[in-house]
Amino acid sequence: MRGFAALLRKDLRVELRTLRSLPAMALFAVTTFVIFRFGLDRTSLDGELASGVLIATLLFAALLAVNRLFVAEREEGGFDLIRLAPIDRTQLFAAKASALVIYLLALELVAVPIFALFFLDSAEGLLPLALILLLANVGLAATGTLISTIATMSSARDLLAPLILLPLLVPLVIAAAGAGEHLLASGGPDYGRFGTWLALLGLYDSIFLLVGYATFDFLLED
Amino acid sequence: MTPLLAIESAELYVAGAYLVFLLLLLIYVAIMAAKLQRIQRELRSLAEFAESPRGRRDLGRVREREGRIESAREGAQR
Amino acid sequence: MARALSLITLRRLAIATVAVLAAGYALAFFYAPEDADQGFIQKIFYLHVPLATVALLGFMVAAVHAIRHLQTGDPIHDARAYVSIHISVIFGLAVLLTGAIWAKGSWGIWWEWNEPTLVSFLIVFLLYATYYPLRYAVEDRDRQARYASVFAITAGAFVPLNFLAVRLAEPLIHPRTFSSAGGLPGSMLFAFLVCLAGMALLWVTLIWFELDAKRASGDLGRIRRALEATA
Repeated sequence: MRGFAALLRKDLRVELRTLRSLPAMALFAVTTFVIFRFGLDRTSLDGELASGVLIATLLFAALLAVNRLFVAEREEGGFDLIRLAPIDRTQLFAAKASALVIYLLALELVAVPIFALFFLDSAEGLLPLALILLLANVGLAATGTLISTIATMSSARDLLAPLILLPLLVPLVIAAAGAGEHLLASGGPDYGRFGTWLALLGLYDSIFLLVGYATFDFLLED
Repeated sequence: MTPLLAIESAELYVAGAYLVFLLLLLIYVAIMAAKLQRIQRELRSLAEFAESPRGRRDLGRVREREGRIESAREGAQR
Repeated sequence: MARALSLITLRRLAIATVAVLAAGYALAFFYAPEDADQGFIQKIFYLHVPLATVALLGFMVAAVHAIRHLQTGDPIHDARAYVSIHISVIFGLAVLLTGAIWAKGSWGIWWEWNEPTLVSFLIVFLLYATYYPLRYAVEDRDRQARYASVFAITAGAFVPLNFLAVRLAEPLIHPRTFSSAGGLPGSMLFAFLVCLAGMALLWVTLIWFELDAKRASGDLGRIRRALEATA
């Protein structure tokens, strides 16, 4: 438990001090919104278009975070230190995944209000959407940490991580966009299949947290 | 499309699907055949090397070494 | 049981495969009746669905081999996982192509986003297609095998979840599925099961074939290295 807290604290402290990833992710998201405004030639969005633009933008910004998850370890040789330290390697998985969730939350705290400002007529559906996004963040963190670890130790890592990760994230996109389509509907939020999407997200999170917990050790052996 | 053409085209599509499957299978066989040819070629060159006087000498050394390893292992087991 | 298993050789397996496939497709075309709704185009069902079923099972088998590889560290399990995924990806390609032809024949379009099985398969195919660049990008052989195994396990867990998710994404009205609603009449079911058995045998035969070829290549490499070492 102590190893987990220490690792997480280190990551967050480094990020807060150097601000390597978060501002770039937020900027990327906002710029992408502008691109969508012109790409779709729309100034206001609702329903499935709003949901799609928001989820896709958050997804690609998240890929930036995933790519940079282990950049500190790579540059400063941190992996060897962790291998030698007497902590359960699964704690590294938990710490990295938690850091990723926190980065994604920080991103969403900036990007979602700006999205609402740019495109939405009413902010009614945003709170339940936040719950959906939180669950999706956890799922993304689980698979993202796994794939980021694999990609980090290989060549062509910047290309490999998104390539492998994107198909894996399709169920999350289906759930988040499916919920968003109804929550951001023009006539006001509709909770029709909200429970279904929550359940799908919960299932995805459980399965991939389990897979990560079971297999992460094998990724760090040398 | 008139109904008559529709029936004919259904058969075409079914034939097309099964043909695609057979084609993939044949392509696979062709690739494996190429691999097999490569293995055969290398086997032949290794056989020639083993039969050449120099190869015989090396094989003799290999067999000698293997014999020594075997007896060492037997000795360790006993 | 072990003695019975040792009677299975690649040649016998291949012969059995051809026999069962021939029987299955003879049944499909001459015994099973033509589908009342779809007509003759439905005959693709006996090709497309067995291919899909066997491909998906193949990915599951690969995940099991991968688990065993991580547990034991024995590279033979990694080889089996690799070959299982390789053959299943090829089967998957056949699924997508036959599915597109079936869509064109049924609805006049080469692709149908509302067909949940086809779409799920596309996603699964796209995922497993990354297996090759993944292996290629990791040079150290042991690490490559381990990473590949973690991938195979992750992807294996992903497959059923993905099918569920895509099915949930369907609009509640107007999903366009290949299979007609309701169960299959007995004769169709029988023909289908024989075709399924044939495809499964084909899969195992190809796996065995690939593993044999790999082993031969590997042995050749060992001979070459041993001879060069003494030179």
